[in-house]
Amino acid sequence: MQAETKKVLLDPLVDNNPITLQVLGICSALAVTSQLSTALIMSLALTAVTACSSAGIAFIRNHVPSSIRIIAQMVIIASLVIVVDQILKAFAYDISKKLSVFVGLIITNCIVMGRAEAYAMKNPPLESFWDGIGNGLGYSLVLITVAVFRELFGSGKLLGMDIMPLVKDGGWYTPNGLLLLPPSAFFLIGLLIWVVRSWKPVQVEKADFSISHAVHGEAH
Amino acid sequence: MPNSNQATGQMADKFAIWKEKAYVYAQRILALPNDSFEKTVVVAFALCLVGAVLVSGSAVVLKPLQVSNKAADEKRNILEVVGMLEENTNVEEAFKKFETKLVDLESGDYTEFMNAESFDQRKASKDPGLSVEIPSDKDIAKIGRKSKLAKVYLVKEEGKVKAVILPVSGYGLWSTMHGFMALEGDGQTVIGLNLFDQAETPGLGGEVVNPNWKALWKGKKVYKESGEGDFQRKHHAEVGEPVLSLVKGSVDPSKPGAQHQVDGLAGATLTSNGVNNLVRYWLGSEGFAPYLAKLRAQRG
Repeated sequence: MQAETKKVLLDPLVDNNPITLQVLGICSALAVTSQLSTALIMSLALTAVTACSSAGIAFIRNHVPSSIRIIAQMVIIASLVIVVDQILKAFAYDISKKLSVFVGLIITNCIVMGRAEAYAMKNPPLESFWDGIGNGLGYSLVLITVAVFRELFGSGKLLGMDIMPLVKDGGWYTPNGLLLLPPSAFFLIGLLIWVVRSWKPVQVEKADFSISHAVHGEAH
Repeated sequence: MPNSNQATGQMADKFAIWKEKAYVYAQRILALPNDSFEKTVVVAFALCLVGAVLVSGSAVVLKPLQVSNKAADEKRNILEVVGMLEENTNVEEAFKKFETKLVDLESGDYTEFMNAESFDQRKASKDPGLSVEIPSDKDIAKIGRKSKLAKVYLVKEEGKVKAVILPVSGYGLWSTMHGFMALEGDGQTVIGLNLFDQAETPGLGGEVVNPNWKALWKGKKVYKESGEGDFQRKHHAEVGEPVLSLVKGSVDPSKPGAQHQVDGLAGATLTSNGVNNLVRYWLGSEGFAPYLAKLRAQRG
């Protein structure tokens, strides 16, 4: 039990990371990572939703008719996301304005649905809760890494505080504007996947097919 | 009172019976095979009920906080547009200097038709009773409808109007931009333009919120002044159409008319056009021009 909790909690951080290994939840990772503060709040929101929805779904898993399985999961996830959105609007108005539609889009975030379908439907509530937390943290880790790069090198700041003074404000750093645009998150996540897979070669996927080499004289 | 005791006793009995029945029914449902028709319906219904209670509960409980957040945000934006927002400004305190008034856009007079504080102009512009459709040839800001009344804010000093803040809106490239324009008491000199509610391309059109760009507006003149070029025609100052506009590239301060020009946004021609149209519309005769003319006349 203890070992199991630890495993579901820590595995998704690197060994089974939802973004770098499973390549899920990319869309919001592109959209909300131009500033660290929005990435942090988004991470928090997604972790809370994944954990609570997994626990809720696990709680009723034995009584969900399989014909309406996905809809039942969606009802739970969507309700939780709306509650989170309302809470953000009430307690973190500025950030919720910056996150705008992306909080609502947690509903369709593949990580939440993926965990519900792959883990919570087969495991008891408590484990599912920890599994949700673990996967949320795995997502957070990638989001925060990307956001640190983008905010630091894109605008010379971290959490809105000046780290590297910009040339236009009389400093020395010329920011890289590309990092503030969504494609840069693609590059960063790509590089991150490369780094993780070089470090842990187990994660490298087997090729679906291999191109056979033409034997000498065969290709005409 | 034996009767009422009896009644409550009966109620309690009935309640207990219903509870018992519900419990038995729940047990029966839970024991049914998952894919039976009845269980599918009951589970779906119960889930929806729980979800609905959760969602509406949170919406109701958090509503007052959200409303006050929104109001505070608007006040902050109003303070910002007149340049009264400093690092540690107490928004509520600073906002006490402001006077909220309703203006009848057509006549340009103040009206007490509704409570100015609680008037929501954006909601009113969608209300058929409170708004008019703008004929498409006049709808340069592409907003479709406008409220007949507008909510303006005044900053007074020693009884004199020092600044007036006008709500403006207009379509950019992707979104209708909403915000405030602040003019000095002469209804002519710009203090600032703050288009805080917009969804233009970040980094390009989204630069309408860039403080450096917003600072360019300060001191610009909206209408032509006497002695200036074709002022003789005299159509500007009275019913005046605004001449303030964005230009491509940067403004050459040595050229005549520079006081009517603001740098356009680089790489955002359509957003710049949108801002142009919004200024022309709202400071023109369809918008606040009649009101501003009266404001100037009052000042003497």
